[in-house]
Amino acid sequence: MKYVDEFRDGRLAKAVRAQLHAEADPGRSYRLMEFCGGHTHAIFRYGVQDLLPASVEMVHGPGCPVCVLPVSRLDMAIEIAERTEVILCSYGDMLRVPGSKRRSLLKAKADGADVRMVYSAADALALARANPDREVVFFAIGFETTTPPTAVALKRAVDEGLTNFSVFCNHVLTPAAIASILESPEVREIGTVGIDGFLGPAHVSVVIGSEPYEFFAEEYAKPVVIAGFEPLDVLQSILMLVRQLNEGRASVENQYTRAVTREGNLRAQALVAELFELRKDFEWRGLGRVAYSALRIKEHFAAFDAEAKFAPAERKARENRECKCPQILRGAAKPHDCKLFGTVCVPENPIGSCMVSAEGACAAYWTYRRHETMRRIA
Amino acid sequence: MSSAVFDFGAERVELAHGAGGRSMADLIDGLFKRHLANAWLDRGEDSAVLDRPRGRIAVTTDSYVISPFVFPGGDIGSLAVHGTINDLAMVGARPRALTAGFILEEGLALTDLDRIAASMAAAAVGAGVAVVSGDTKVVERGKGDGLFITTTGLGEIAPGVELAIDRIAVGDAVIVSGTLGDHGVAVMSRRAGIAFETEILSDSAPLHDLVATMLEAVPDLRALRDPTRGGVAATLNEIAAARGIAIELQADRLPVREGVKGACELLGLDPLYVANEGKLVAFCPPDAADVLVAAMRAHPLGRDACVMGSVMDGPPGLVELETGFGGRRVVDWLAGDQLPRIC
Repeated sequence: MKYVDEFRDGRLAKAVRAQLHAEADPGRSYRLMEFCGGHTHAIFRYGVQDLLPASVEMVHGPGCPVCVLPVSRLDMAIEIAERTEVILCSYGDMLRVPGSKRRSLLKAKADGADVRMVYSAADALALARANPDREVVFFAIGFETTTPPTAVALKRAVDEGLTNFSVFCNHVLTPAAIASILESPEVREIGTVGIDGFLGPAHVSVVIGSEPYEFFAEEYAKPVVIAGFEPLDVLQSILMLVRQLNEGRASVENQYTRAVTREGNLRAQALVAELFELRKDFEWRGLGRVAYSALRIKEHFAAFDAEAKFAPAERKARENRECKCPQILRGAAKPHDCKLFGTVCVPENPIGSCMVSAEGACAAYWTYRRHETMRRIA
Repeated sequence: MSSAVFDFGAERVELAHGAGGRSMADLIDGLFKRHLANAWLDRGEDSAVLDRPRGRIAVTTDSYVISPFVFPGGDIGSLAVHGTINDLAMVGARPRALTAGFILEEGLALTDLDRIAASMAAAAVGAGVAVVSGDTKVVERGKGDGLFITTTGLGEIAPGVELAIDRIAVGDAVIVSGTLGDHGVAVMSRRAGIAFETEILSDSAPLHDLVATMLEAVPDLRALRDPTRGGVAATLNEIAAARGIAIELQADRLPVREGVKGACELLGLDPLYVANEGKLVAFCPPDAADVLVAAMRAHPLGRDACVMGSVMDGPPGLVELETGFGGRRVVDWLAGDQLPRIC
């Protein structure tokens, strides 16, 4: 397939691998965090880590939308879904995540709630048009990548004067999460988690541009390389990070030049700014409450805001204490450090969110590298 | 027999069509028997009486609930014939007879049912097998999704044919008869909420003739499986787990159509997990692989056949893929449903 096969080319990979092995200093370690679940997935799906020198270690970040959504917000979605007039729609992975008392949207569906999987916010809007006597709620999750499509759907609903469409908004912001990781005690005070550099988001950066990362490179002296989601993008970006570290530099570089500019997609940014505003703070699974890290629908559009329309109760939710998803999402633990991994918690019966989404670190370890991971535990 | 009893344009399935009275007899005579007529069905007895075959008998049953029931390259009728024939073919059996049970939902358009019965008949004729017995039930509107079909197949295994997964040995070649994921992608392209434009057709086809060709070329063939729900990944995981062996695949060798690749990229699917209805996976001794692949490629249903991997001695249950990028990864069982009601 054109524009895809080129970025999965095994021969090119061999050449980059040779360069990486020649340049990485075996006497030091390079701990690199890939922020996005999309990168985690590419690394495991194509076996990228088999090509890395021993000195390079990938630390998996929190950029998996399903993984970082706190149980309390999921419980609110389930509460909305259980209303008889509601059709609740969301992306596939979200439906399987267990909330309080291990109840998921799929279980609510089995109990009679009308829960539907959609591939886009536009599909949810089409459902609302087709079902004028029902309340269609789009359970919106994700980083800056999925926010503009939600904004488009919302804007259309406003323009069409649809009265039966609303959005349960859980859109979150990447820069706030990166700052939270760099400010976390493991990284800053205790120094137990060293992160030498970041593989910056691909699709998120298409929207927000490369500029927002300049602060991290400067303030925390960590190099950032914005990387595409194909395996060759990832490998080349790792090489670029290793070079920066070898040269003692910490700047923002853009490997994903075929899609990312410094300023990003200004039209998308303007549309998002028109409809959404910053929340004072928002709870993240793994990171806790992070200031100004999420968006909500502006009050002017409250008629389209499911939180205003249905007022679901926000209750404090308890998580399984043994589950190490919080530490894993901060890069402070690996999946095999968790007692539940591979014993109680498997993709068919996920305890933590990192096991649910294909982009979650636990699911990636279990699905793609189970045998060697289990050997490490043994 | 005349079809004058129905005006297909206007009529729909009613509860009376399953109630045992005149309406049911009309439906059976005017629609099912018109398409599926054969000596056993026409006799109208409660059971079809068949002559005893010479070889051993293979029996299998399968229910079809696919949504939508008409899809590019087939419909639930042809699928119900092909799917069950293929289960027989995987143990080396030649299909001898099929039975069909229909569960119809009140309100199903008779034109749809007529089309499906016709397609079922064409599939049966094409495969040289008769539907010798059938049953029809009707459920209230909202209690079924148009129609469900269950078919049972009876087949005959020639003396000397021994296909079983416990014959698979370390070193065996793992062969696939053609491109992966065509059926799943074709069905998906017509699903409400996903619909997209594609020229991909379902690969739904009866494989018994291909199997006969393969057995002729390599009588020592070890085992066959048709990778339907869960795709090749599910089939290989089942076998690796059951036999305590490992299977290694080469990503570069997997045959996948460009259209299927594109749809999978778009939908975040892996062709290894997407359903097929006219493909088989074969295990054979390594020195017979070339002969087998050549024989398969000479058959219209095996044109894209190739060796995609081999059997290793462990770790038990592991299916592993050489990614083509220079790395390796596990090909795991599918967790949850990649796409429900695909067959």
